[in-house]
Amino acid sequence: MKATVHVMLKTGVLDPQGEAVRHALGALGFDGVNSVRQGKVIELDLADGTSEADVTAMCEKLLANTVIESFRVDMS
Amino acid sequence: MKAAVVVFPGSNCDRDLAVAFRAAGAEVEMVWHKDTDLPAGLDIVGVPGGFSFGDYLRCGAIAANSPICRAVKGHADRGGYVLGICNGFQVLTETGILPGALLRNAGLKYICKTVGLKVETSQSIYTEGYNAGDVVDIPIAHHDGNYFADDATLAALTDEDRIAFSYTDNPNGSQRDIAGILSENRRVLGMMPHPERAADSGHGGTDGQALFRAVAGQLTTA
Repeated sequence: MKATVHVMLKTGVLDPQGEAVRHALGALGFDGVNSVRQGKVIELDLADGTSEADVTAMCEKLLANTVIESFRVDMS
Repeated sequence: MKAAVVVFPGSNCDRDLAVAFRAAGAEVEMVWHKDTDLPAGLDIVGVPGGFSFGDYLRCGAIAANSPICRAVKGHADRGGYVLGICNGFQVLTETGILPGALLRNAGLKYICKTVGLKVETSQSIYTEGYNAGDVVDIPIAHHDGNYFADDATLAALTDEDRIAFSYTDNPNGSQRDIAGILSENRRVLGMMPHPERAADSGHGGTDGQALFRAVAGQLTTA
């Protein structure tokens, strides 16, 4: 089984990389991009029986820093 | 005084930190990230700068979960002294020993230069060799030194006089110009600038010497 973890900076935490990407898109002529937020996607290949709660614990312990980041777990 | 300096794969200021501690009169032992225990009779642990584990995942995140960091956390929890510099500061926030986090520099660039630091408090073994309000010249060398914490944490740091150093000209977007903070019991200091790179006349500046001398003075007489 697999899990996909999306990690994003929390709302209100400045994302200078996203801001730089937004500027670059504007420079390429793509108008109308109001903001860009950049995060990361982590794919986990898991032993059968691993629960969503286990993956949430992994996020809280290591995969995300909850001081600055939020995360979402998708099990499939 | 007996100090231990932690070495992770990718640490690159570990020996500089050991030299600065020794120059101040300390006996220094290096400890490897896989070690599970700190040396007996230890007064202070130094967590050095560098790029532990290649900054993979987040700066300091992998190091913070290494075996030696469990021992460092135990040492801090027992009231022990810990000095984290640059990547060491990032490791201490990742372990939760110090609050907040270090984000990518607001200007996105890696910055390596000497900056002015204002000593915000002399009330710690690290800063008592300075006077509050002194401005000292210390090098920075980081890509992720933009200090972030929520408003309640920032208010507590200010109200409890736990901001040790602030930038005179904020280079990285840090909230409240924060360059270094103290733990609640004032025994743990995390700072992005490198006092160990300003601790010998050969470095071009010696403003960091007072920090190591004060630590050695306090912990030797204690």
